[in-house]
Amino acid sequence: MRLQFILGEIGSGLRRNLSMVVSVILVTFVSLTFVGAAGMLQLQINQMKGYWYDKVQVAIFLCGDGSTAAGCATGTVTPEQQENLRTLLESPAVSQYINDFQFESKEDAYKHFKEQFSNSPIVDSVTPDQLPASFRINMKDPEKYEIISETFASQPGVETVIDQRQVLERLFSVMNAASLVAVSIAGVMTVCAILLIATTIRLSAFSRRRETGIMRLVGASKIVIQLPFILEGVIAAVIGAAMASGTLWAVAHFFLGEYMSKQYPDTAFISPAQTLLLAPALIGLGVVLAGTSSLLTLRRYLRV
Amino acid sequence: MRIVEGPELYFPQEKAPAPVADLAHKAASCRVYRVMIRFENVTKVYDQNARPALDSVSLEIDRGEFAFLVGASGSGKSTFLRLVLKEDRATSGIVYVAGQNVANISSWRVPRLRRGIGVVFQDFRLLPQKNVFANVAFAMQVIGKSRSVIRDTVPEVLKTVGLEGKERRMPHELSGGEQQRVAIARAVVNRPGILLADEPTGNLDPTTSMGIMGVLDKINQNGTTVVMATHDDDIVNEMRKRVVELKNGKVIRDEARALYTSMIPVVGQSRRLKDASGREEAADANLPRTDRSPRSREDQL
Repeated sequence: MRLQFILGEIGSGLRRNLSMVVSVILVTFVSLTFVGAAGMLQLQINQMKGYWYDKVQVAIFLCGDGSTAAGCATGTVTPEQQENLRTLLESPAVSQYINDFQFESKEDAYKHFKEQFSNSPIVDSVTPDQLPASFRINMKDPEKYEIISETFASQPGVETVIDQRQVLERLFSVMNAASLVAVSIAGVMTVCAILLIATTIRLSAFSRRRETGIMRLVGASKIVIQLPFILEGVIAAVIGAAMASGTLWAVAHFFLGEYMSKQYPDTAFISPAQTLLLAPALIGLGVVLAGTSSLLTLRRYLRV
Repeated sequence: MRIVEGPELYFPQEKAPAPVADLAHKAASCRVYRVMIRFENVTKVYDQNARPALDSVSLEIDRGEFAFLVGASGSGKSTFLRLVLKEDRATSGIVYVAGQNVANISSWRVPRLRRGIGVVFQDFRLLPQKNVFANVAFAMQVIGKSRSVIRDTVPEVLKTVGLEGKERRMPHELSGGEQQRVAIARAVVNRPGILLADEPTGNLDPTTSMGIMGVLDKINQNGTTVVMATHDDDIVNEMRKRVVELKNGKVIRDEARALYTSMIPVVGQSRRLKDASGREEAADANLPRTDRSPRSREDQL
């Protein structure tokens, strides 16, 4: 009975205040979309880092079937060449610059590739044979990349030496800047949302002061009196958060999934499913936002 | 009649007293039980620079009593009612309601106190978009009564206040007297031990007012303590109940079975002395507890 009563109160409150409720929904929608966009950029950065990014700095790719580099005159790297390279890596001349290194076989490479590009159609057309084996090196000082590069680039069986970090870092710094901008916009919009929710709840409390006055007199508990107002704000914010989550999903699905991944097939993009991980966070944020601001407003404007 | 079966039910915090060895203590707690509302030197100051709204008021209203609070606007009648409801805190002194010091009731238990007190106002305060039944049911819904209980109780209470068959009417379709009856039904539907009425007949014509008084009297007969603040001298004179007169925040008269205007003259004062003197002896039987000061009716109007 009480639940039904509270639900009825919420319904009448939402109806009476429709225009304000719609504006709360839109403002939370916009602010949480920006929060979500920042989250998506971070997810994308993680996606692009792939398996090795945080573990190693330099990759020595070994010759494969179709390699055309100078060191690959003998075709695919032989076990001997591979062994020589390993010995060289372990020799004091080189090992003083590196923490450790790992060998990534074609199979390992395929496995990591599949993980990173799981959302991309490219994964179906790649076989382990097409991927090069590599030594992955964790440098003591990433700045000493040149030494490794000079030592190994001309070795037989080596196709190329790449400092992956250098390639990606510039891109990541742009993306981090973008997520910072998104977070700042989200911050401003969130302040907007909080103030708007407070105003809406205030209006709502004012327009129903007759009811709340009577409720108080007949001894309704604080919860019964306040809950409809709080839930009004929370429901509006949850709708806004759901809309924001939907928008992020649509961006991941249509923009990244259908457009960008065709334009840049060699880049790993996040999947629409991954953006849905952000949805609970956004909805939770919306609930906390609306709940606290309406609670604080009621404390001032609704005597209980 | 189910409105009031036993007022002690309405104050759950007022449990049966635990056995107390100390006789004096026992006696004291018994006294508290008899008294529904008790003010001990209560002072209420709203504005430090103005005179207090209530000035050291001491008063007891017993269970089942019917008391009028009379006095000019600003004499402290509404403040008295607000203090009983714990809408305000007394600046000093103690307010007991049903044996409990309201200052000791924590804010989350105030609703429970208010469930034991029904309130009626001059302006009815009905919800205009709800019909008669829904207005009365509202008071039960918000404290979580089940639908079946509401369905049983509301028609019964409406019958008590004389509104049978008008359940589906909207407030604007009712006369003022009928609206006030709805408000009374709402105030008593949860069977409070106390009914506070703040000028309940202020907006009504004399005949309708008498009807309302009949309803309040009926509720009082069933054991509910009724405290009514009023300006309406005809009603007070007709009812012949206890009259507590306030002036500038002080109790200046407290008589049982009294009239609106004091019948006790003060020598050398007031043009109404003459007509009052005729009944001097009769009124003397109910000696006031405080200073005697006859008030002219014109003061009130």
